[in-house]
Amino acid sequence: MVPLNHYLILSAIVFTIGVIGVLIRRNLIVILMSIELMLNAVNLTFIVFSRFLGSMEGQVIVFFVMAVAAAEAVVGLAIIIAIFRHRQTLDPSEMQFLKW
Amino acid sequence: MAPPLIPFFVLAFLLVITSLMVVFQRNVVHSALSLVAALFLIALFFIMLHAPMVGVLQILIYAGAIMVLFLFVIMLLNPAALEQRRGVWWWFGTVAALILGGLLVAVMTGTEPPPDPAAATALFGSPEMLAKSLFTDFVLPFEIASILLLVAIVGAVVLAKREP
Repeated sequence: MVPLNHYLILSAIVFTIGVIGVLIRRNLIVILMSIELMLNAVNLTFIVFSRFLGSMEGQVIVFFVMAVAAAEAVVGLAIIIAIFRHRQTLDPSEMQFLKW
Repeated sequence: MAPPLIPFFVLAFLLVITSLMVVFQRNVVHSALSLVAALFLIALFFIMLHAPMVGVLQILIYAGAIMVLFLFVIMLLNPAALEQRRGVWWWFGTVAALILGGLLVAVMTGTEPPPDPAAATALFGSPEMLAKSLFTDFVLPFEIASILLLVAIVGAVVLAKREP
């Protein structure tokens, strides 16, 4: 059986890659996809602990995370469509109209 | 190397590669396709970890529905302009994220595994067990999740509607 720490480190690496994507990319769609990647890294951690502790709660939480992630993706993409319609750009550094 | 470790490392290597491709591809469609591959690999991990139901849901919901949504939006907007190459923020962002990653890996390495890894029964992770948890202990969050999805649907329609 694969040790617990291997899975945890893999999940930490994938989460970090997602953080890098959010920080350095200048495209709203890719930023949203990086957020999905981070959510999935956390899901992997939940499933690993559910397996190693022998409890089903982790899998149920992953189910809810998927539901919330679906809602987040739907609303986020709708906002992106609305912004693109007004500004003709997907670059978040162009979106400063709330900045004082 | 012990036999069960080999498939783990192959899948882990592929997962890291596809995740890196999500972030570092300049073409959005290529990023989306890499994300499909990464989500599929995570679903394989779920199945390896005795969570077949969640793994199948992962493929159906994530690799299926959510990614179709992403590709549909990419197709709809057709963002032709490639973003600029590295600026100053590139180095700040990468260094900050790598520090975070180093801290996370340090914490994860120090995690003590539980003393007695529970032996997987035949039913563990099956739809029966998942449904039993979901519809007894977690029935209120389950209903709240359905309301959340309804709100998301209505919100998406209102936000993306063309103004008259």
